Amino acid sequence: MERSIRFDLLANRDINKETFVEPWPEAGLIVADSPYDPQPSISIDDDKVVEMDGVPRADFDALDLFIVSHALDLDVAVAAMAIPSKEYARMLADINVPRQDIARLIAGCTPAKLTDIIRHMNVLEMMMGLAKMRVRRMPANQAHVTNWREHPALLAADAAEAALRGFAEVETTVRIARFAPFNALAILIGTQTGRGGVLTQCSVEEALGLRLAMKGLTSYAETLSVYGTELTFVDGDDTPWSKAFLASAYASRGVKIRFTSGTGSEALMGRAEQKSMLYLEARCLLVVKGAGSQGVQNGSISCIALPEALPGGVRAVLAENLLASMLGLEVASGNDALASHSSIRKTAKLMLQFIPGTDFIFSGYSAIPKRDNLFGGGNFDAEDFDDYNVLQRDMQIDGGVKPIREDEALDIRRKAAEAIQAVYRELDLPAISDEEVAAATVAHSSDDMPERDIVPDLEAADRFMASDSDFVAVMRALQRGGFSEVADNILEMGRQRIAADYLQPAAIFDADFKVQSAINDPNNYTGPGSGYRPQGQRWKDIQAIPQAKPPTGFVEPHVGEPLSRLVEIGPAARGRGKEVVLALGPAFGRVLGKTIGGLEHEEVLKAILSGIAGEGALARIIRVYHSSDCAAIGFVGARLSGSGIAIGLQSRGTAVIHQKDLAPLNNLELFPQSPSLTIATYENIGVNAARYALGKSTVPVSVKIDNGARLRLIVKTALLHRRETDEVCPGQAPVECLFDWEPD
Amino acid sequence: MTMRVRDAPASSALGTKGSAMREKPEAKYPLRDNATDKLRSFSERALSEITAEAIAKGELSGDDLRTHADALRQQARIARDAGYPQLAGNLSRAAELTSVPNDELLKIYELLRPDRARHEELTRLADYLELTYGASENAAFIREAAETYRERNLLRR
Repeated sequence: MERSIRFDLLANRDINKETFVEPWPEAGLIVADSPYDPQPSISIDDDKVVEMDGVPRADFDALDLFIVSHALDLDVAVAAMAIPSKEYARMLADINVPRQDIARLIAGCTPAKLTDIIRHMNVLEMMMGLAKMRVRRMPANQAHVTNWREHPALLAADAAEAALRGFAEVETTVRIARFAPFNALAILIGTQTGRGGVLTQCSVEEALGLRLAMKGLTSYAETLSVYGTELTFVDGDDTPWSKAFLASAYASRGVKIRFTSGTGSEALMGRAEQKSMLYLEARCLLVVKGAGSQGVQNGSISCIALPEALPGGVRAVLAENLLASMLGLEVASGNDALASHSSIRKTAKLMLQFIPGTDFIFSGYSAIPKRDNLFGGGNFDAEDFDDYNVLQRDMQIDGGVKPIREDEALDIRRKAAEAIQAVYRELDLPAISDEEVAAATVAHSSDDMPERDIVPDLEAADRFMASDSDFVAVMRALQRGGFSEVADNILEMGRQRIAADYLQPAAIFDADFKVQSAINDPNNYTGPGSGYRPQGQRWKDIQAIPQAKPPTGFVEPHVGEPLSRLVEIGPAARGRGKEVVLALGPAFGRVLGKTIGGLEHEEVLKAILSGIAGEGALARIIRVYHSSDCAAIGFVGARLSGSGIAIGLQSRGTAVIHQKDLAPLNNLELFPQSPSLTIATYENIGVNAARYALGKSTVPVSVKIDNGARLRLIVKTALLHRRETDEVCPGQAPVECLFDWEPD
Repeated sequence: MTMRVRDAPASSALGTKGSAMREKPEAKYPLRDNATDKLRSFSERALSEITAEAIAKGELSGDDLRTHADALRQQARIARDAGYPQLAGNLSRAAELTSVPNDELLKIYELLRPDRARHEELTRLADYLELTYGASENAAFIREAAETYRERNLLRR
């Protein structure tokens, strides 16, 4: 087949590495509105649900039974179900309807009803809904910290840096399950070195996770996965009751819990029962709520590529975040697993959570490079930190992190690596060498770390797990090792565990180690002028990217002493003959000495004059004081030129060849891309101006097009122009200049 | 399953400390700031005793940094008042579970997983929790699970 060069190029773009598939409802490959999704309904008889979403009680599965007995508020259910779905959709998008009014009614809605409400909403309306329904006022972010070497010093250093960057939660996991206690320990020490109050977890098998929490090594857990069909739930080796019990068990030890659900898991496990992903997610979310979880991690999570393969997938993922927040659940809104090869697509998807803000915009921003991410994650990773900081700064949006300086990062990483080194020493664990500490301080990934013998580490981890040793021993080790500040932070985490305030919805600790949750920081967004906005110090922190330079620095390198050879000799008069007037801007060779491209003004003058002389024309130099505009400078020169031809030249190097009979803003040739102009170009400009003056036929000077120049240099352009404009004297007539130099 | 029947700490026995707390004026959230003098650890230590010096002297153990049932009951009340009844239910079940030892919690969780227990094992477990730890809310929850598991074939065959 004939091949289009353009289609061939497109085929090789990142977006075309993705898999796209057409919907297939029978296999559950449909994100919303499967023809097999039930219609919303409820019948209550004698305080008992006898039918829900078209299914009579006798046919209820375990999830239905759990939902009707634990999730639905039967006092409002009949009234809530009677309100048209479109009405709910409109209330969600309406800033005049407060969150609480909607939440009260949503409490009585069945899974099919929840799904039906979404049918009426586009993504913009859903984002408005999410901004309002999010439970905590202040958005936050969670980080993943892992590395394939499972190196304790690197884990601690990366956790410390993540904490310094502002992540409110840090999650780790294991490649080798036996490493669980040490990985949990490393990120506990790392985070509490970086900032006291960062919550931590180690994602492992449920029973092991609970044991880590009991040892005080973790403060939250989000491993409690739920699924939208009974068969998938059982395949996951749990029931709603076992998961709910686990949630209470964690809470009994003062540990925050969050369930995990998300579209696509049922289809992936082959048990979607022909239902849409969103309908099944609505069932999950009601199980989560019924189990008494304060929140959920959803947004497809590890299955994200599946909804993204289908039409409407990204919309459905936003919809599930919204449904969770409508149910009063804290939402950690995905954006964790690899979702796209395309930077454009992954960023566009992020905006749906980033702009409205969620309780945790990522349920795992990879604070390490994606090749070190043991969650299969890293859609955004450590290599995107600066991009992400700039997105916050661009939109004045709090994405839950802040920019940091390199020296701060190195200091905190070193301190965390030394702290874990001290703990290993004091607890008689396999030593961490000074070389390992030094490597972890500067490392980006596992590749930068020395080899470590993992056999003794694993044996020590087994012994630690089997012993009574817990975070009290860790605090003592830190104290003995000279890290009492870190010990104090872990101790305060212990006190917070006693108070249990952080078990409330969407709880985090702020920069002052104070709890912020739906109880004391409830979202109060009701449109412009309400809710959370980054202001004051927080907005200053977001703005302060280290790459931002003071504006004065842009002009300084271009400032120079007045050219000694260029002197003003009196008022400029109209000339005669085949001359070319070279009209200079008011700062040229006076207060500014170089063009934007770094060419010395003196060399530019010489080049132009050489070009003019080479063609046998005469040159006369004038300086314009009444304007800094390139066209105006050139036009004034043209009107004073004997031939009617002039070159206008601004200090930043922008040039024009003008002719006196043209309109002021017209020209013979314009050279706006001053950074691309070379000495040779200026000489050619001189040549062409002379040829016009002599009436010779002339080929316009060709200049390389560099569309990136404006992008790179617009700030400098603006500031250099401003400096030139400072020299403008509105009433002053052009001045004749003498340049004490003769071309060869 | 065999579980050691042991005495629960007096504070967690049904109706003693818990009901006493209920008569006190409600502490305001966050308790860490507003009930500093009232908070107690699982081991009945006051927050003021939980210091870096005490850690350094080896005077504190894990139980001194564990959550007391009373704090969880107060948090349950706070959640209920703020419109989170299911979370409140979870926190109240958690309050009952504070006195259940770690290994028993793990065993109960295991029994509640699909195809692990017979119906009567679950009802016996519920009775045990209620009698031993006064965990009546958990007992009711497990009895409900037993009924559902029978209905949905989730019991061990």
